[in-house]
Amino acid sequence: MGEFAGWDMPLYYSTASAEHRAVRTACGLFDVSHMGQLEVSGAAAREGLSRALTNDLSEIGPGQGQYSLLCQDDGGVIDDLIVYALADRYLLVVNASNIAACREWLAERLPTGADLADRSPEVAMLALQGPRWAEALRPLAATPLAFSLDYFDIGEDVIAGVPCLIARTGYTGEPGVELMCPWDGAPAIWDALMSVEGAPAPAGLVARDTLRLEMGYPLYGQELSRERTPIEAGLKWACDIVGGGFAGAEVMRRQVEEGTADRLAMFRLTEPGIPRPGQDVLIDGRPAGRVTSGTLSPSLDVGIGMAYVPSASAAPDTDLVIDVRGKPKAARTARRPLVATSPKE
Amino acid sequence: MPAADESYPADLRYHPEHDWVRADGDEHVFGITWYAQDALGEVVYYDPPKVGDTITKDSSYGELESVKAVSDIFAPASGEVTAVNPAVNDRPEVVNEDPYGAGWLVRVKLSDPSELDSLMDEPAYRAYLAGL
Repeated sequence: MGEFAGWDMPLYYSTASAEHRAVRTACGLFDVSHMGQLEVSGAAAREGLSRALTNDLSEIGPGQGQYSLLCQDDGGVIDDLIVYALADRYLLVVNASNIAACREWLAERLPTGADLADRSPEVAMLALQGPRWAEALRPLAATPLAFSLDYFDIGEDVIAGVPCLIARTGYTGEPGVELMCPWDGAPAIWDALMSVEGAPAPAGLVARDTLRLEMGYPLYGQELSRERTPIEAGLKWACDIVGGGFAGAEVMRRQVEEGTADRLAMFRLTEPGIPRPGQDVLIDGRPAGRVTSGTLSPSLDVGIGMAYVPSASAAPDTDLVIDVRGKPKAARTARRPLVATSPKE
Repeated sequence: MPAADESYPADLRYHPEHDWVRADGDEHVFGITWYAQDALGEVVYYDPPKVGDTITKDSSYGELESVKAVSDIFAPASGEVTAVNPAVNDRPEVVNEDPYGAGWLVRVKLSDPSELDSLMDEPAYRAYLAGL
């Protein structure tokens, strides 16, 4: 077990690499109940959120979700999140460590007529991820709804007797669903999933991290922070740069026009070794960047990571050197994802 | 092959940094204890010394990494490295599966065998672990 954002989290149940492989080849089940759920409702909800979130909220309607970010006026990232449009409200799934920050920022900025509620303490969340997710879920679902959802869609159903929100989202790069249910209903769903034929492998935080890193998904606190903007992090695609009136938009528009000094780059080592967060990226022998995440890729069996590097060195197939505890290790930037998989099915 | 069950063989000597040493002819074999591999978790990478390197008692002679952490490996005695276990480079998890056998790390020609007198025997190491 490990501590994360005040939660005792399972780091692994069997071994991290076995859990990782289970998710890539069959399916795995993660308890991600630490994630936060904020609801925004009322006549001004849409307008208020449009001015807070970076992505174009008009692109989604009821039953759809969207990756988005909440930023400061200077473009620094307060959190990255998924916003879902439900019939009568918006649901924001935010990072555990940022629940309070998001709640406070929204409470301050949302207009009259937009009501904010923090459902985090009442809501449990399980992520069923992997190409065999549907086979595991089918015997427990009251209706076939979950199996007709498109990527990032959300709907309601009853799973193992427990009413759930079911979203076709995740953080692994594999197809799958995230289930949100009342806090005390989660054990029944977990136990039921563990007893079906083709049951998922219980999967912990370490596998969750290696899976997301192979995809190049950023993690708040490592790639994302109040010191970096979504543009530097390569998340321009999640920002409505042209039309958006969200906090930080002015700074980001300028960064898009003028470029940024640094960019986030994905890389893989071209020799044995494992990069780790905080290590220097060397260019011409001098520290010029910083590793934000690094691990041994269980799928590729090579060291992989992400780093902020000077923008000129961030393009794919650029040679870098990572200072791995005093040993220079050759690396090359790469396109995301590093593994040939898609969560879209 | 699953991780090994907890054990501390009686024919080894133990260093407080959780390394073991076994006499083998004129040379000695080093590795890490069951306790060390359990604390580290699944070993995924071994950065060994080179054959011919001189290593020094109580100093790091290599690194083992799990998915999440790096751990220095400490020499229980001083000497010259005569062999590095290639099996651990090929399949680092052998350290978890068989820490006292196939998961050995280096063979060493000791420069001062009397250094072994300062190490713990099995009962002393078990008592040491109980106090951690």
